[in-house]
Amino acid sequence: MSKMPKWADAVLIPLISILIAFFFSGVVIWAIGKDPFVAIKTMVQGAFGSTQGVGYTLYYATNFIFTGLAVAVAYHARLFNIGGEGQATLGGLGVTLVCLAVPWPHWALALPAAMIGGALFGAAWAFIPAWLQAKRGSHIVITTIMFNYIGAALLGYVLLNVLKVPGSMLTESARFPAGAHLPTFHEMLAPFGINFNKNAPANMSFLVAILASVAFYFLIWRTRLGYEIRAYGQSETAAKYAGINPARIVIIAMLISGALAGLMAINNVMGEAERLIDNAVEGAGFIGIAVALMGRNHPIGIFLASILFGFLYQGGAELAFWESIPRELVVVIQALVIMFTGALDNMVRVPLEKLFLAFSKKKEA
Amino acid sequence: MDYLTIIQILDSSVRLATPLLLTCLAGLFSERAGVVDIGLEGKLLAAAFLSSAAAAVTGSIWIGLLAGIAGSLAFSMIHGLASITFKGDQLISGVALNFLAAGLTVVVGQSWFQLGGRTPSLNGAERFSPWTLPFSEALAKIPVIGPAYDELISGHTALTYLALLSVPLSWWVLYRSRFGLRLRAVGENPSAVDTAGISVVRLRYAALVIAGVLCGLAGTYLASLAAGFVKDMSAGRGYIALAALIFAKWRPWYALWATLLFGLLEAIGNRYQSIALGDIVIPVQFMQALPYILTVIILAGFVGKAIPPRASGQSYVKER
Repeated sequence: MSKMPKWADAVLIPLISILIAFFFSGVVIWAIGKDPFVAIKTMVQGAFGSTQGVGYTLYYATNFIFTGLAVAVAYHARLFNIGGEGQATLGGLGVTLVCLAVPWPHWALALPAAMIGGALFGAAWAFIPAWLQAKRGSHIVITTIMFNYIGAALLGYVLLNVLKVPGSMLTESARFPAGAHLPTFHEMLAPFGINFNKNAPANMSFLVAILASVAFYFLIWRTRLGYEIRAYGQSETAAKYAGINPARIVIIAMLISGALAGLMAINNVMGEAERLIDNAVEGAGFIGIAVALMGRNHPIGIFLASILFGFLYQGGAELAFWESIPRELVVVIQALVIMFTGALDNMVRVPLEKLFLAFSKKKEA
Repeated sequence: MDYLTIIQILDSSVRLATPLLLTCLAGLFSERAGVVDIGLEGKLLAAAFLSSAAAAVTGSIWIGLLAGIAGSLAFSMIHGLASITFKGDQLISGVALNFLAAGLTVVVGQSWFQLGGRTPSLNGAERFSPWTLPFSEALAKIPVIGPAYDELISGHTALTYLALLSVPLSWWVLYRSRFGLRLRAVGENPSAVDTAGISVVRLRYAALVIAGVLCGLAGTYLASLAAGFVKDMSAGRGYIALAALIFAKWRPWYALWATLLFGLLEAIGNRYQSIALGDIVIPVQFMQALPYILTVIILAGFVGKAIPPRASGQSYVKER
C-alpha cells in the first residue's frame, strides 16, 4: 500500500511548499521595510490589471514553458540539465541566422524555419555534454554549467565579429526582415474585435509553447521513446535489463531538452526583439529549473508554474517601478521556490506521510 | 614582452587566484565529505556583500571579515539542512542558494544603502592593506631576483598568504589527521564510517563549516580587492573554483596549481584584449572561456581521469 494518495503527492505537497516559499518571500519584503500585502496588490495589478500587463506576463511565461519543458524532459531521464541558459542563447543564434538568411515573404514560412534553426542550435549545444555523459561519464551538471559560460563567450564573439552591423555602435545583429515578424496578440486578436495592447510583446510563440506542451505529454507518456526515457530515469539497471541502450537515451533526452530550450528563441529573439542582442535569455534558462520542479515535470504543472513565474517577472518589474523594491526580489522568490519544492521536499513530505499513515491506521482500527 | 611585464602578469595571477584557491579548498572539504557544493558561488557573493557592508559601516575590514564568514556559514548551514538533515538533492539546494545570494544581496543592499544594490566604496582601513615583506625595498634593486621578490612575493594582502598557507594545512588535515581520515572516508563509504560508530551527519556538517569559513575568506577578499560590493561581483568564480577542483582531482596541492593556472588565464585575458600568435589572432572571448573549455576536456577524461569521491552527491540513509 502506498503511504499517500496520488493527489497529495502531485498537488498537496507542491502547494504547501510554494506557500512556505511565498511566506518567506513575504518575510523578506517585510524585513526591508515594505508592506508584503501592498506588494502583492501592486504585482497582481501590474501583471493582470491591463492587457499590457497580461501581454508581458504571457510573454515571460512563454519563455518559461519552453525552458521548463527542457529541464523536465531531461529530468525524466534523471539528468539535471542546468544548461538551458546556454542552449537558449545558442538557439537565439540559430533563429537569427535563419531570419537573416532570406528576405522572408511571410511569417508562416519564417516561423517553421526559425523553429528548426533554434531547435537545431539548442540541441547541438546540448549534444557535447550529453555525449560526454553517455560515453565518458562526465557529470552533466558540471559540463552544462561550463557550456553556459562557453556559450555566452561564443555569442559575444559572434555578435561582435560576425553579426554586428558595420559602423553601428550597438553590439547587436541587424533587424530581421519585415516578413519574419511574428503576429503579436494585438494583431492576432484584432479580427475578433478584442483590443489587446499594442506594445505587449506576447506573440504567436505562446501558441507554439502550448503545442510543445501537448507534444511533450504524448512523447513522455504515450510513446515508446518516452517510456524508455522514464524507465531509464527510474532505474538504469532495470532499463538495461529491458534492453534499453542507456547511452542512446541519455543523448536523445538531452537533444530534445536542448531543442526545447533553443525553441525559446522564437519568442524572445524573433517575437520580441526582432534582432539578436547580448544576454537575450535573461536567466529564463535557470527559471526553467524552478518551473519544472514546481510543475512536477508534467506539462500542466509546467504551464501553471510558467504563468506564475511570468506573473512574478512582470509583477516584479511593476514593484521596482512603484514600490522601489529591486527586480532581484523575483530572483529571491525563485530561489525560495527551488529550495522548498526541490531540495527541502522531504521537510514537507515526511510529516505529511506520517499524517496520512496515522489516518489510514485509524480507519482500519 | 619584457621581464617586468611577466612579473606583473604573474603578480596579478596570484591576486586573481587567491579567491579561487580559497573557494576551491572549500569545495574540496565539502566534496571530500560527500556533499557536492554547487552553491560556492552563492556563498562567495553573500560573504562579499556582508563583509563589504559591515566594513563600510564599522570602518574595519576585519569586522567585515567576521560578517562575511558569518554570512557564508549561514548559507553553508542551509545547504547542510537541505542536503544532510532533510536528505534533499544537493545540486538543487546549491542552485537555489546561488539564486538566493544573487537576489538577496541586491534587495537587501538597496534597502540598506540606496545605491542601486552596491555598497559604499571601501577605502583606508575598510580594505586589506598589502603586507610588505622585509627587505623588499632594499632587494628591489638587485636585478632579476629583486623585482620578483618585491612585486610577486611581497606586497599581497594577509588573505593571500593565508590562502597559500591553507594549502599545506588542508593537506595535513586531510591526509595526516584522524579527522581528515574520517572526512575522506565519509565521502567514499559513509556506511563504513557509521558502522565504526562515528556520526556521518556530524562529520558532514563539520566539512560544511570549514567550507563556509573558507568561502567567507574568499568573498571578503573579493570585496576588499574591488573596494566594495557590486551586483553579481563573484562573476562565476564559484563555478571556476568548482572547475579547478575537478582539474585538481580533489587534491589540495593540485588545487593550488589549478587555481594559479586559472588566475594566470584571467590575468592574461585582462591585460591583452586579443593575442596575436603569428597570423592567428586569439579573441578575448576565447581567453574568457578557456577555463571552462579546459574543465570540459578534463572531465571528458582525455587528460587523465578525474574521479570524484564515491559517495559525493548522495545523502546518507541509515539502514534499519
